[in-house]
Amino acid sequence: MGAMPEEREFGFETRAVHAGQRPDPYTGASATPIYQTAGFVFEDTESASAYFNLQEYGNVYSRIMNPTVAAFEERIASLENGAGSVAFASGLAAQAALFFALLEPGDRIAVAKALYGGSTAQLNHLARKLRIEVDWADIDDPDGWRRVVTPETKALFAETIANPGGNVLDLETAAAVAHDIGSPLIVDNTFATPYLCRPLDWGADIVVHSATKFIAGNGTTIAGAVVDSGQFDWSNGRFPTVADPSAAYHGLRFHDTFGVYGLLMKLRAETLRDLGSSLAPFSAFLLLLGLETLPVRMDRHVANALAVAEWLRGQPGVATVRHPALPESPYKQLADKYLPHGAGSVFSFDLESGREGGRRFIEALTLWSHIANVGDTKSLVIHPASTTHRQLSDEELDASGVAPGTVRLSVGLEDVDDLVWDLERALRAASSAAVAV
Amino acid sequence: MNELQDPQTIRRLIQESRTIAVVGLSGNELRPSNFVGYYLKRHGYRVIPVNPREERVFDEPSYPSLADVPVPIDVVDVFRDPAAVPEIAREAVAAGAGALWLQFGVISDEGARIAREGGLDVVMDRCMKVEHARFLGRMHWLGFNTGAISSRR
Repeated sequence: MGAMPEEREFGFETRAVHAGQRPDPYTGASATPIYQTAGFVFEDTESASAYFNLQEYGNVYSRIMNPTVAAFEERIASLENGAGSVAFASGLAAQAALFFALLEPGDRIAVAKALYGGSTAQLNHLARKLRIEVDWADIDDPDGWRRVVTPETKALFAETIANPGGNVLDLETAAAVAHDIGSPLIVDNTFATPYLCRPLDWGADIVVHSATKFIAGNGTTIAGAVVDSGQFDWSNGRFPTVADPSAAYHGLRFHDTFGVYGLLMKLRAETLRDLGSSLAPFSAFLLLLGLETLPVRMDRHVANALAVAEWLRGQPGVATVRHPALPESPYKQLADKYLPHGAGSVFSFDLESGREGGRRFIEALTLWSHIANVGDTKSLVIHPASTTHRQLSDEELDASGVAPGTVRLSVGLEDVDDLVWDLERALRAASSAAVAV
Repeated sequence: MNELQDPQTIRRLIQESRTIAVVGLSGNELRPSNFVGYYLKRHGYRVIPVNPREERVFDEPSYPSLADVPVPIDVVDVFRDPAAVPEIAREAVAAGAGALWLQFGVISDEGARIAREGGLDVVMDRCMKVEHARFLGRMHWLGFNTGAISSRR
């Protein structure tokens, strides 16, 4: 800690490189050490009990906390302008833990229909197993949220940029509806990353991430995080699970005791402790490396994606290109407002040649990787109807903005000319299939 | 960021204070005041309980009011209903305390004004444990956003 620094609010790029990490006080190591250890030796018995009682911030066991993981947690919290963060083994693990911590049997949650298929499946199956009812909202309808919320709705959940439809969430409207009923707005900010949009600044209360995507950046690491603003009043009478004495933690009242850090403490000391879906220290190390270059990578991702989208929409065999930043997009206004630095690099388009054309298109590509991931340095492609969204019914598929010929692209950091070259060849192959059929 | 949450004032109080009178300190281990008092004592501050309902807390005698505390007080740290704060502020001024610190949710503009006019530093709606942990402690070990950026070892 050394000299007391002058007070300064550092910029996003500086925090992307530095936040959460400090030179190792023991060795002076400049990079974050990977604390590959299960447990931590206690100084003495009194310290040990103070850590378990949460009276002192201390390392106990890497299922609950780990210094390498904590450096990542603080960095993502800083970039999202949150009070803090808890990291998880995957994005879906982060969501599952958050829902588990907040919701009780009999509660309802309002969720955007336009949603990642994995999240739809999680909510349909996991939430119902916990006797939580899901009400699906059409976020393209300005009154979509109001139509589905009830007094039992304990949270609103949506993606900043929906996967794969590209629907942009009207954050201020969603936050207003949530706060009118005394519930938090939870936003999956995976596709935007905090570089392109910070939902907490627009009134959202909690952000979740699949850090596997642009945060890791290289497609190396499965990881997730929950970032809490610390601003929501959990003592408003609707969240006994956060405000009342916790039976799972010897009667501790998390919100009363830890104030703005109450939910985060509960999520770590109780939920992560019980569910055990913790992030590995080596994974956290890779995420820290990823975040250091997030701003420069995202600028190039955004530019490449827009160039590819603009090229695609003039091509024969392409029915619709759904990129929120294109002038004809229904989401252009929302994208301009909430995503002024770019609407991400994942978007979809529809082939006129339908399901069979989609298959031929994928098979003809040689540079783009056919893969069930997004947010890699490499350009990725998938045909949702036959892969990520395969487990959804036709109605769910339609609600997610997916057609039989929909192809989702995640535009990487290669030369745009090379990406277009590969797409052009594949489009020809897809069209020839249509003729053959 | 308002003047009652000034980071420089907070850091100076955390680093330079030694004796902290905790008004409303409870002997119940599950109360926030006990969490904070325990933490501050653990980190080397002299913690003086001020609570007429307690006899002793942390092996220290509990005083009924600030007027009864027999030693100079650097910080009066308050865990009480906001309505009680103006009177506590007057007592803090009378006792010659250096600062009035009002914990999370203990919001009293009148109490803050009285203390400031009496020459005390004032911090409001902040937790002394959290601020210590942020600047000098291990808050970063639990993934909280400390706001600290430094490349100094």
